[in-house]
Amino acid sequence: MKKKNGSVLETLDHKLTVAEAYALRPRKWVLYTVIVLILATLVGWSGSDVHFSGLTSTGSSVARGVVSGIFHPDTSLMFGTGETDVPYLLLQTIAIAILGTLFGSILAVPFAFLASTNIMPRPIAYLFRVVILLIRTIPSLVWALMWIRVTGPGAACGVITQSVCSIGMISKMYITAIEDLDTKILESLDAMGCTPFQKIRYGVIPQLTASFISTTIYRFDINLKDATTLGIVAAGGIGSSLMQCLNSRRWAMVGSFVWGLMLLVVVIEFFSTKIRTRLAHGE
Amino acid sequence: MANIFTYNHLLIAELVVLAVALVLTLRKPEVITTKSGNTVSRPRSPMGVICTLLVLAITWALHMTGFQISVIIQKGEKIVAILEKLFRPKWEFFPKVIAPLVDTIKMSILGTVIGCAAALPIAVLASSNIDHNKFVVSLLRVILGLIRTLPTLIIALVCALIFSLGTFAGTVAISIFTFGIVAKMLYESIETIDMGPFEAMEALGANKFQAFWSAGVPQILPVYLSHCLYCFEMNVRASAILGYVGAGGLGITINERIGWRDYNGLGMVLLTLLVVVVSIEFLSEFLRKKLS
Repeated sequence: MKKKNGSVLETLDHKLTVAEAYALRPRKWVLYTVIVLILATLVGWSGSDVHFSGLTSTGSSVARGVVSGIFHPDTSLMFGTGETDVPYLLLQTIAIAILGTLFGSILAVPFAFLASTNIMPRPIAYLFRVVILLIRTIPSLVWALMWIRVTGPGAACGVITQSVCSIGMISKMYITAIEDLDTKILESLDAMGCTPFQKIRYGVIPQLTASFISTTIYRFDINLKDATTLGIVAAGGIGSSLMQCLNSRRWAMVGSFVWGLMLLVVVIEFFSTKIRTRLAHGE
Repeated sequence: MANIFTYNHLLIAELVVLAVALVLTLRKPEVITTKSGNTVSRPRSPMGVICTLLVLAITWALHMTGFQISVIIQKGEKIVAILEKLFRPKWEFFPKVIAPLVDTIKMSILGTVIGCAAALPIAVLASSNIDHNKFVVSLLRVILGLIRTLPTLIIALVCALIFSLGTFAGTVAISIFTFGIVAKMLYESIETIDMGPFEAMEALGANKFQAFWSAGVPQILPVYLSHCLYCFEMNVRASAILGYVGAGGLGITINERIGWRDYNGLGMVLLTLLVVVVSIEFLSEFLRKKLS
């Protein structure tokens, strides 16, 4: 459309009046109709199977309970220091995320190097990419359910689950960083007669650190949110207690857990964004 | 009973190490005198403090979670056995995967559409360049922020308790979650649009809605659609596990397979999920490239 307009404008020897320019405006109604039609079909198709079967008999009381719990949280639980209180569980969630992210980011390094096309031959690189894709596709909850058979329920299961889950996304982002490596630096180090170790120390590591750390912090952010849900399958953290309270309908306790959760995520997100912008723009 | 302050005696040793590292790092910068007599100061590297903090964090976290690498090494063959079964999917199970899979896709389509549609007006109200009412803007942003902090599974669990088990609860959960994310991404994009045409329309006497409709919408529509597609991609992944808390879809099947320790069947479910997720990702990436 644009090109056509351009050619029309070039052939004209006088300036277009507003009315003429308006008549030549790009018209995309065909595209819009197609988009709307596709959307309508999809919604109609998917809406046919999602039935609103009314509230459950206790539905309205659950809704009221959740709202009242959020506005009247259990303060003794919220500020207690025992093993079942909110602060301890929040700290445990953070601990799970720290260990999971650290182990994951270390485990991801070999995967990332093996899957980079500028380091490894293409067939091997693609093989490792498929492995990474497989790791990424298995939902973290499923990983947790499988690891529980090994470690038993508890925070340790959360740690190992997150270490494995993180590999997928972290190595995917590491690969981009590795493939963007400036090889000229390595060549000049070669020309200076550097040993392979020196080449890695002065040519590779400085180029990768910033993006690796940024990726790791970003993943920490995600892992923290993930760690809160892992508790649902008894893999430690705040999720287990929240789930138990929801199922036994102790709304005041639910409220205090939800407040703790929100506070945790907001604070961590704030700091992680701050550190990452600093890493991206230099000191 | 363990307490938030319970910690082993390692802490004291670590604090000493940390103090030493701090002192080493915060020393005066090293001063180097060159042959010409000029002096150059070289600041100390902060690596000492960072490493100590890291070690401190790791030992604290290990203590907090009770994670032991020896358990993994001793019982490692169990996970290997499970993974081995996963990679030999039971093909006969495929027909039973289709119905829940279609449910999952339907749930995520409907949830995404509802969430994205609801996000549009709220995002406009929450962008500070269109809406000059500071109170409304910050209120909406706080609400959106709070919605985003809630994990999808928790929302789904509450929805399942309210709306009975099934796909409706899942759809509501996905809508809420999508709404939070798309509205945030959208108001960030709206704030970067070129305000020239908008102001020109207002100067010509158009009201805010007319001005936004003709000057803002053409600018944000491609971005909006691409956000929606991105969210749809995420939702397909997320909705696959919503069934675990009773919100319908593939999660129920997954939970059932794991409960029966039928890992070959689970492998089939995951394989189907992989194919669907990858093809949706390809499609959405293709469409998003077209949009930009």
